[in-house]
Formats: sequence, structure tokens, C-alpha cells
Amino acid sequence: MTKLFSKQNLYKTIFVITVYLTVMLMMNSDIIDSYLFLNLVSIGINIILAVSLNLITGFTGQFSLGHAAFMSIGAYTSGILTAKLGLPFIVGIIGAALVAAFAGVLIGGPTLRLKGDYLAIATLGFGEIVRIIGLNWDYAGGAMGLNDIPRYTTWTWLFAMIVITVVVISNFISSYNGRAVISIKEDELASTSMGVNASYYKVLVFSMGAFFAGIAGALYANFFYFIKPDSFGFMKSVDILVIVVLGGLGSIRGSIISAIVLSLISLSLQGIPSLRMVIYAVILFVMMVYKPQKWFGKLKRTIRKEA
Amino acid sequence: MKKNLKLFTAALLSLTAFAGCGQKAATAEGNAIKIGLNYELSGDVATYGQSLAAGIKLALKEINAAGGVLGKQIEIVEVDNKSSSEEAANVSSKLATRDNVVAILGPATSGNVKGALPPAQENKVPLISASATADDVTLDSNGKVREYVFKTCFSDSFQGVTMATFAAKDLDFTKAAILMDNSSDYSKGVANNFRTTFASLGGTVVAEEAYQSKDTDFKTLLTTIKASNPDFLFVPGYYNEVGLIIKQARELGITVPVLGADGYDSPKLLEIAGAEALNSTYYSNHYSSGDTTPEVVTFKEAFKAANGSEPDAFNALGYDLGYFVVDAINRAGSADREKIKDALASTKDFKGITGTLSIDENHNPVKAVTILEVVDGVPTFLKKQDPK
Amino acid sequence: MERIVQQLINGISLGSIYGLVALGYTMVYGIINLINFAHGDILMVGAYIGFALTSIFDFPFLPALLISMLVCGLLGVIIEKVAYKPLRGGSRISALITAIAVSLFLQYGMMYFVGPESRTYKDVLPGTQVKVFGTGAVIDIKSLYIIAITVSLMLLLQFITKKTKVGKSMRALSEDRDAAELMGINVSRTISYTFFMGSALAGAAGVLVGVYYSTINPLMGATPGLKAFVSAVIGGIGIIPGAVFGGFFLGMVETLVSSLGGSLFKDAVAFLILILVLLIKPTGLMGYKNNEKV
Repeated sequence: MTKLFSKQNLYKTIFVITVYLTVMLMMNSDIIDSYLFLNLVSIGINIILAVSLNLITGFTGQFSLGHAAFMSIGAYTSGILTAKLGLPFIVGIIGAALVAAFAGVLIGGPTLRLKGDYLAIATLGFGEIVRIIGLNWDYAGGAMGLNDIPRYTTWTWLFAMIVITVVVISNFISSYNGRAVISIKEDELASTSMGVNASYYKVLVFSMGAFFAGIAGALYANFFYFIKPDSFGFMKSVDILVIVVLGGLGSIRGSIISAIVLSLISLSLQGIPSLRMVIYAVILFVMMVYKPQKWFGKLKRTIRKEA
Repeated sequence: MKKNLKLFTAALLSLTAFAGCGQKAATAEGNAIKIGLNYELSGDVATYGQSLAAGIKLALKEINAAGGVLGKQIEIVEVDNKSSSEEAANVSSKLATRDNVVAILGPATSGNVKGALPPAQENKVPLISASATADDVTLDSNGKVREYVFKTCFSDSFQGVTMATFAAKDLDFTKAAILMDNSSDYSKGVANNFRTTFASLGGTVVAEEAYQSKDTDFKTLLTTIKASNPDFLFVPGYYNEVGLIIKQARELGITVPVLGADGYDSPKLLEIAGAEALNSTYYSNHYSSGDTTPEVVTFKEAFKAANGSEPDAFNALGYDLGYFVVDAINRAGSADREKIKDALASTKDFKGITGTLSIDENHNPVKAVTILEVVDGVPTFLKKQDPK
Repeated sequence: MERIVQQLINGISLGSIYGLVALGYTMVYGIINLINFAHGDILMVGAYIGFALTSIFDFPFLPALLISMLVCGLLGVIIEKVAYKPLRGGSRISALITAIAVSLFLQYGMMYFVGPESRTYKDVLPGTQVKVFGTGAVIDIKSLYIIAITVSLMLLLQFITKKTKVGKSMRALSEDRDAAELMGINVSRTISYTFFMGSALAGAAGVLVGVYYSTINPLMGATPGLKAFVSAVIGGIGIIPGAVFGGFFLGMVETLVSSLGGSLFKDAVAFLILILVLLIKPTGLMGYKNNEKV
């Protein structure tokens, strides 16, 4: 058990506070203007999504191709609570997280027996079902989307949520629970015979991942003013999965770095529209086949540190 | 410890690099007037985005060749929004703060415009869409006009009312079957307005079905509609799906007329459905592509020469949008965003190839609508409806 | 009465297309356990090849169909060699993402070369409607063609897998790859054959979809691909008649849902059925139990 006030934790805390204050300073002195802030928000949201998906897919080995659906549920919950019911942001965020977590239970439960590709397709199907429901739900705007959602997302909110996500998930992983879920990924049969309640952990992990994805959705909705069901489709789920895989399954640090790098790459491709998706596909392919991401933190290293 | 320090410096460096690439371009007087194009050039609605952009670029090219505006050449800053509303917001923000455009044109779909307009409003840059028809593009949820957002396309209400009146009064029909695109707010809007007006004129809607854009098989829905025995079909969708719908309807033995709105206007409609199926098809439009007035003919020839194909409605709307915004800049007499915004809001009787338009107090266009009948595959002028 | 018969026909027509695409999917999955996300996009490429041959070079239907099948078969083999083979021993998730990458590459690569707008097929098959038993319902001759071709290809495939040497290798590989290799079966070659056949089927489906619906666009493969996968799972993945059965089943269900007024939910229903099948009988409605041995 590492001490709470260890040197490592001290450095980490200083790092976190420095980043927060630096950006704060840059925003106040206009070095970071609305355009940069918009990109910062996008990156921040992707970080939360990637880390939360990593918990499900990277650490516990549960293929999920429907993560964007949890984000969607969170976004709509917060959108409805703040725009339609006029409630404050904190209610929106908590509501988003809870409803999304509940959805996580709904998808984690029935799919307990599914593995690998089948689970992937089932989660994809779930994502599509959520999207189609959204397209037909007229109270929330249906295909026209939900508009004029009040902007409550600030740097403080965004950063706080990122920190909370990373801290909670990291601590989960480095605890007994974390080792349990990793063992499920490595060899489920063996771990169950050692007494690990796989069903409990699978559902837990899905709902935790969904919880944070819901928060990301709330941050998104209350920043971009407008959401529509098609924004949270299969391609968004794929985008998040790509970030996770490129950063290294089972590496939180990798997810964070990968989210930043991929967003910057996407930005730089803004100037070549017609070839952009083709280049993206090629980069993806190269990364998968030739694996240059080996230098992003490996799972084994993280386990060994906790021994 | 070392690793953390490395990470720390890396993060700080990347943040500063990030900030560094954010030098605000000087609000230059410069030698060019920059106009931003925020369009879906890739992604699933790329056809519409590319069509509009092509029309705009032709217009601006012509204007530049004729000397530009206010004595300066126009510089086009075209950025792709990937058919995503989140990206559209990003593009708007970039155009407004980094490229210092005097106006933003686009996006094509209402959804993406709703995503793109907040940065435009924040940075006080006029944003004009030639194709986003949803009411809440120009009006917020409190019914207030968005100061910097404008539309040059029909609002849904107008076309729906027009076609309902046409069906009830001119064609004496009493039973309608509606088939709308549930994933398009344009289609839903027109259908909603049609339904209300038709009922108020004594008609009944005997069947109502909905499809999603990109669907290709409508036989199931059409079978249900056929069984309800309507006098006509009202299908306010886009040419890609409508072409297939009309073709399959005729295959199933549905012979009654089909009515629609300006989403039909494209040479593709004839290509997909064939001339015979299109007989007794009527739709409302900005103008007739078979129009023989010199301006329209010149446009068609110029477009064909530049792009190698016949223009469709989106090309034409884009073309007019190009001239429209330049007209406003001329009336404003300067490249100042505020003055351009005011000039846009006070547009009166702007003559474009898709008709003459004025902007009303809700930043929507007041424009006459033309009803066309497709005869032997050619959209032919039937009658004109002036705005009330 | 006419309405019911017509809807039945609509369902069967739709189902035969799903079945045809599902055939290719199920073959590939049965052998290498990969959800080939690019399958739907090979269909799209097939549709475009058919379009080029019939509209630009004025080929008649059958030669265009066969050439398209050939080219798509080769495309499938190339994709397998370049993209999937290097990842054969690796994690499933990498293979999945690579398949997605290939899918995106095909979709947007095609869009880059031919543009995003849709194209219309020339009428190479008679467009006549045949009346059914005087009930007023009609079936398109093209539908009959598709059903006939789907069933014949299914029978051909059954024959190949059960009676030929190649087929035997394929079955052996899907049962137990290591044992098959030890018995001297050339794994790479068998996989290539499988991909060739599966992709050729996708190409055929592409041409048929193009002829039937007459419009094609670069993104047209995504939905049929997914629906085909659902069909294959419903019938039992890896089981050839199952794919066709699954296709018809899904087509009928979708038509039923649409005709009852739920047309906007038909896709959701398809996925719901998928999830239910996966939960209740994951080996498919025509499948047999396959227990995991420790």
C-alpha cells in the first residue's frame, strides 16, 4: 500500500495544480482565446472518454463499440435538465453521470455471457438503438436536435472532471478491484476459479465507464450549445476506441497523450478535406499493423509497480 | 521521478506550442476581403456541401474577374467541417478568429449550422446559410432573432403552405398521403406545415409514413400508402430518395400525382426515376431550371464550363449566396463586420438567379415561389406564388 | 389481401439481398473469426465496377456481374494479405480496428476518386413487374433474379464446402486451425480462397443492389454490411444455409415492422433481434452448441 503523502503523489499534485493555473493565466491574458479553448474542451472531453473506455476495454478486456451511446445519454440528460428544466449545471452533470451509469448496468448485465467479437457487435447494436431512439424522441428534438443549451462548461469544470476521472480510475486500477478486473481480462476462467466474481466486476466496470462518459457528454452539451443524435454514432465510438488502442490498452497515461496527439493530427488535416479520412484510415492501419505505439506505457509495467 | 519531469515539461511545451500557433492574425486592412466557407466537404452529406461550395466559388470567381468588391479581390477561405456539428463549431471559430473573415457562408445542413453559429455570434461575424431551413437556425428558443445569422432559403412553412393550397385549390384533391424524411428537419418542417394547411382547407391526410435519408427500399411504406387510396402523394424530401420513391411507387402501380418541394430540383431526379415515372409530378422551387431568362442560361453555361455538369438547386443557391453576400458588402461600403451585418439585415429586392429576395425581420428571406410540373422529364413552369 | 401479399414479396426481396451479403460474411468469419467490417465496402466497390462496365462500356448484365465478382474476389485476397495476415496471431481488437481502417479507406478512397454524389445504373435487367395470382400485388423481375442468384450461389457454396478439397480444408480450418495445419493443410492458401469467394459474393451482391435500386454512392456499403452481419448471426455464423435463412428472416421482420407503422425503428429492431439471439442462442437459430473446453 503506497502512502497517501508519498513523494510521487506530491509531485503529481504540484503538476496538476500547475497545469490548471497556467492555463487559467493564459486564458485571462488572452493567449488562449475562444478558438483555442474550444479545441482544449474537445481534447479534454476526449481524454475523459478515452480513459473511461480504457477501463472497460483496456483493463477488463470487454470490447465496447458503443461508448458514444453513454456520452449521448449523458449529453441529452444534462441538456434536458439545464435547457428544458432550467436546473443548474451540477444537477446536469450528476444527472448525466447517473443516468449513463444506469445505462451501463443495462448493457453490462445482459451481455455478461458474450465475449470478444460478439460483445463488440452487441455494444455496437446498443449504440445504434440509442441513436435511433434519439432520432425519434420529439421532446428532445428528434433529428433536429436539442438547441440553445446554456454554456456552463468552463476551464475549471473541465479540468476538475478530467482530474476526478483520472484519479478515480487510477485508484481503482491500483487497488484489489483493479487486479481483479485485469485478471478477468487475462483469463476469465482461471480468475473465476480463484474466487473473482466476474459478473459483478463486468457490470461494475461498464457502469463506471459509462458514468464518466456521461460526464463527458454533459460537458460537451453545455459547451457546444447544440446536440443531435447523429453526433454520437458508431464513428464517434470508433474514434474513442482508436484513441484508446493507440495509447495502449491498459495505459491511462497513454490514453491521455493519445487523445491530445490525435486531436492535433485531426486539426492539422483540416486543410485537406477530401483526403482527410483516407489519411486517417491509413494512419490507423499503419498504427495497427506496424505498432509504433509500443513506447506508450505497457500494462505489465503498471502491474509490476503495484506489487 | 525523471519520467514525471519529462512528462511535465512535455505537457508544458505542448501547451505553449499550442498557444503559440494561436497568434491572432492582425485585423488587417490588407489587399483582400476574406470570405469564409464552412462546408461539409467530406462525410455523409458531402454531396450538398460540395454542391453549395461549387456554386459559391463560381460566383466569387466571376466577381473577382469583374474587379472584386470595394476595389479589392475576394479571398476564399474554405474549410471542411466533416459533416459534423462539433467540427462545424471549430471551423466557425477558426474562420472568425484566425482567418478574420468578414462573413461565414454555410454550413449546408440545419444541424451543422446550429453547431456553427455560436462562435459566429460570439465573435460577431455574420453567418449566412443558403440551405438550412429549420426555424431555430435564425430564432432562438425564446423566439428572439439571432443577430448575426441569416438564411437565404425558403423557410419550411412557406413551401408547405404553398403546396397544400395548390393541391386543394388548383388540383381539387381531398385525400393526401404524406411520406416524409424523418431524419431531415427540412422535410419534417414542410410536412408539418402542409398537414395543417391542407386540413384547414378541408382536406384529409389518409396515410402518413416516414423514412430515413439514405434509405433505398420504400416498397413496404408505399404498399401501405397505396392501400389507403389517396388522391396524391406529398413527398417533401431530397432528390436522391424521392427519385427512388417515385420510381418504386410507379412499379407498385401507384399512378396518382406526386407533390413535393424544392428538394426535387436536380438533374439526378430524372436520372433516377426516368421521364415516364415523373409524369404528374409537381414541386415548388425557387426558379425553373428550364428557365430561359438570360441570367439563368448564362449561369448554367458558366457552371457547366467550370464543373463539367448541369447545375442543381444547391449549385444555384450557392451561386446566389456568393452574389448576395457581395451585394451586402457593397451596400455596407466597408469590410466591417457590423456594417455588413446591418446591410444583410436590410436587403431589399436582391435579384438572384433563383429569384428576387428581401430579408425580413426574422432574418429569413421573402421570396416568390414557383410551382413546376415535370413534363416529359423537363421541369416546366406552371405558376408563380408571391409571398404574402 | 393484396397488401399482405405485396408486403410478403417486399420482405422476401429485401431478405434475399441481405442473405447474399451474409453468405460472404459468414464464410470469412467461420474461417478466421474476424468480423470483416470491410465486407460491405467490397460490395460497394462491386457496385461501382458493375456501374462502370454497364454504363460506360456497355457490357450486358451477366458479363458485368462475373467480372465484378472476379475483381472483388481479388480485392478481398489483396486486403487479406496486406491488412489481416500480419495481425493473424495478434489480439482480436487490433484485427477489428484494422478491419474498420480498411472499411474507411475503401469508403473515402472511393469518394475521393469518384466524388460523393450518387450514380444511377443503366437498366440492364428488364424492369417489368409480374402480377401475382391476380391479387394485384406485383413482384419485380429483378427480385426474382436476385432470389434465384442467391439461392444458386448458396447451393454452389454448399457444394464447394462439402464436396471439394478446398471446402474440406476450409471446414478443417474453422474446426481447429492447429490440427489442420499439422495435417498438412496450407493455411494461408485456404484463407485466401475463402476471402476470394466471400468477396466475390459481396461483389455480386453489389452489382445486384445497383441493378435493383439503381442508385449507388460511396457510403452505400455500411448499412447492408451491418445488416448482413446481423443476418449471419441470426442464422448461425459460419453456417452457409444459415446466412440465407437469417437474411430472409431479417428482411421479413423489417418489412413487418415497417408495415405496422414502425418504419423508423426498423433498424433498432434489427439490432434488438441481434442482441436477443446473442443472448439466447448465440450459435444462431440454425446453429449447434459449441462448449468451451478448459
